[in-house]
Amino acid sequence: MLTSQFLLLGAILFCIGVYGVIARKNAVLVLMSIELILNSVNINLLAFALRNGSADGHTFALYIIAVAAAEVGVGLALVLLIYRNRRSIGLDELSEMRG
Amino acid sequence: MFAAELLVAQNIGFAVIALMMIVAALRVVTTSNVVHAALWLVVVLGGAAAQYILLAAEFVAVTQVLVYIGAVMVLFLFGTMLTRARIGAERDLNNAYWRLGIPVAGALFAAMAIALVSSFGDEQLPAEPEVTSVQQISDQIFGPYLLPFWALSFVLLAAIIGAIVLARKD
Repeated sequence: MLTSQFLLLGAILFCIGVYGVIARKNAVLVLMSIELILNSVNINLLAFALRNGSADGHTFALYIIAVAAAEVGVGLALVLLIYRNRRSIGLDELSEMRG
Repeated sequence: MFAAELLVAQNIGFAVIALMMIVAALRVVTTSNVVHAALWLVVVLGGAAAQYILLAAEFVAVTQVLVYIGAVMVLFLFGTMLTRARIGAERDLNNAYWRLGIPVAGALFAAMAIALVSSFGDEQLPAEPEVTSVQQISDQIFGPYLLPFWALSFVLLAAIIGAIVLARKD
């Protein structure tokens, strides 16, 4: 197996996630795109762990999984709060802070 | 001989799973149904777990299945359920300027692909990798990476308290 095949798969998933963050308006779908980005980073970390024969990449992949779980929990709580106050989770309608 | 056959099998497995993941990821960002997007995301996350096994990282693969497919997916489906009146196809999930995302993502991928191919080219991964044992990972976590582990514990604690405070009805 080549190193670059895993890195290219990570790059493709990362770019699809970036497209999702830019294109989507629904806040839950933006959070899903962020999960795609975090997963592509994990693939890269594990590919480099195998290439260098060290366990550092595994450790950081586990840390990223934990941070992603925390992020989804807080993010969905925020989305729920916004929905309760405004009856909508369209990100382009949140414009109170516009100067 | 055996190693060569194993390598062919690994490459075929990689190609099949990678294709599946890319199609599913494209469906996540293009489908017009939030519940379907969540279910396509399960395919991507499961494929990622399979790739971790190909990369000789069993423990991370199992954690991925437990945490992502088990817990995060349930959170997403709950979030969808609690924030939407109806389940089904829906227009108006994209921004007015969603087309802007295509050139941005394309340019980003072109830059990354050029950088990756020029630096790693056709470098091979070790054909018979040493499987990283759980003991090695725990030695890392509770040895040199103890400080990030503590920080992560506080992050999780703050996230739990924050999520409860935010989602509580007063």
